[in-house]
Amino acid sequence: MTVRGDSRPKPGPLDYLSRWPLRLWVGATTLFLYAPLLTLIVFSFNQSRRNIVWRGFTLDYYVMVLQDASLLTAFANSLVIAAVSTALSLCLGAATALLLWRFRFPFKPALEGALSLPIVVPEICMGVALLVFFTKVVPWPTNLPWPLNLGAIIIAHVSFSFSFVASVVRARLASFNREEEEAARDLGASEWRTIIDVIVPHMRPALFAGGLLAFTLSLDDFVITFFTSGPDTITFPVKVFSMIRFSVTPEVNAASTLLIVITVALTAIGLRLQGADAGRDGHTG
Amino acid sequence: MAEQNEESWRKSPGLFAALLSAPTMFMFAFLLAPLAIIWGYSFGRNQGLTDIVVDGTFANYAHALNPLYLSILVKSFLFAVVTTVICLLVGFPVALAITFARPSTKPWLLLLIMLPFWTNLLIRTYALMAVLRTQGYVNGLLGFLWSLLAHLLSALHLGRLGAFAPLDLLYNNFAVILGLVYVQLPFMVLPLYSAMDRLDRSLLEASLDLGAGHLRTILQIVAPLAMPGIASGVMVTLIPSLGAFLTPELLGGVDSQMIANVIERQFKSANDWPFGAALSFLLMYMTFAAIALQALLGSRRRAA
Repeated sequence: MTVRGDSRPKPGPLDYLSRWPLRLWVGATTLFLYAPLLTLIVFSFNQSRRNIVWRGFTLDYYVMVLQDASLLTAFANSLVIAAVSTALSLCLGAATALLLWRFRFPFKPALEGALSLPIVVPEICMGVALLVFFTKVVPWPTNLPWPLNLGAIIIAHVSFSFSFVASVVRARLASFNREEEEAARDLGASEWRTIIDVIVPHMRPALFAGGLLAFTLSLDDFVITFFTSGPDTITFPVKVFSMIRFSVTPEVNAASTLLIVITVALTAIGLRLQGADAGRDGHTG
Repeated sequence: MAEQNEESWRKSPGLFAALLSAPTMFMFAFLLAPLAIIWGYSFGRNQGLTDIVVDGTFANYAHALNPLYLSILVKSFLFAVVTTVICLLVGFPVALAITFARPSTKPWLLLLIMLPFWTNLLIRTYALMAVLRTQGYVNGLLGFLWSLLAHLLSALHLGRLGAFAPLDLLYNNFAVILGLVYVQLPFMVLPLYSAMDRLDRSLLEASLDLGAGHLRTILQIVAPLAMPGIASGVMVTLIPSLGAFLTPELLGGVDSQMIANVIERQFKSANDWPFGAALSFLLMYMTFAAIALQALLGSRRRAA
């Protein structure tokens, strides 16, 4: 580590960010990434219906979005699907992580390979596979009361998000000290007690992080949901898709802005929780 | 290290069975079975309106190789390759700048690249539609500049400009590639950054001290050493681009369909499931081939 004096040091030969061509490059890339999203957000507050000229500030489109019954239903569907599929993904993902971390068994590489399928297989293929499955093989009854009619979508979401949870939890378990477990066993705790009282608390930050990941993946998913949703089970992204297919309107801008705010906030909370936990561990361990 | 902690499943078969049962049953039922079923369908054909018989025919794969669909397969691959190359060219300098930024600015630059990646793919694509369409911001800005120029010219009596003709930026191949670059760029920058961040900087300094220019140092020292990061960046950009559905659906025109759009049509409107299943598996084989190729090149690099 170099000690920095009072005066600002001259940029070293490798300090590429202080060279103007690279500054320009990074600046232009940032503009490219942000300009479309920022204009989308700004024009959701625009009084004019024509999306291009600024006519003054208004919240009208947000009021319209919040009064649009079909959008609200879609949003409620999305939240229920995300919550239930997150809970299921956490159970399955944690069990899988514990299994792979703890045991040596035949066919383990096969299980690990199957676990990586949702990450590797193109979304469109998963989508059509689940479409076929839920129409031909196990037709999901269409006349079930809400929220049971969302079951097919919930299962579809669990099938891609639980392997992400498993990999987050497994990474966390790698830092577990098996001596803690042995101590609990020596003191008379049963195998289950040890898992509940010693291993699960160690997993907790990964469960938070994995849970938030599963929740945002579910809330954001379009392609797989598009193939498993029916006319009565529209989710928020599927609804937005049908709205934007042909036109750009301020209502869609407002609805999109709401979704951007929600996902960014959830991800930021997730990172903070993870960061706070890492910090705490650093102090105690 | 982690392997030392592992114990044989025979030591606590009860716990092993409890942990194994739910996830494997779920995976067999809702992950492997659906994929196996469409794999089976890809060797079948429609009978009547709703029935599909699996009789081991290769007709669907043969159908996929007729010029119309073959050209879409080739086009999808080209789109994915062009997207990956552009992402690499744009992302490499950005990753380089982040790697050698001051420690205090680094996390902020990383956040800057990550943040758009947290927003919904659908919304990012929609945002791009608003920018590119005929009454969009790009055409609005160009129209404004055009009218300024027209005023200037007529004020100087240099002649007249005609009315501004908006550019067709949306619903074509250009828009699809721009859209793919827009959504995939952060995926490229992050692996590049993490590979370059691990480099031994004294090698770079040595190269500069010995008289090589910056460009030569980057091409001959940084790029080869960062090759694993480049390879994984290429993979995480190429694979999702190859199977992209939303971007060509929303930004593309009639002639910019990719495989995923054809697959969707077979399952939703054309109702030719066996053919759609065959196309899905062709897409999967292309994906697996790309992964296998990367693994092969990676092991050769380590051996060398």
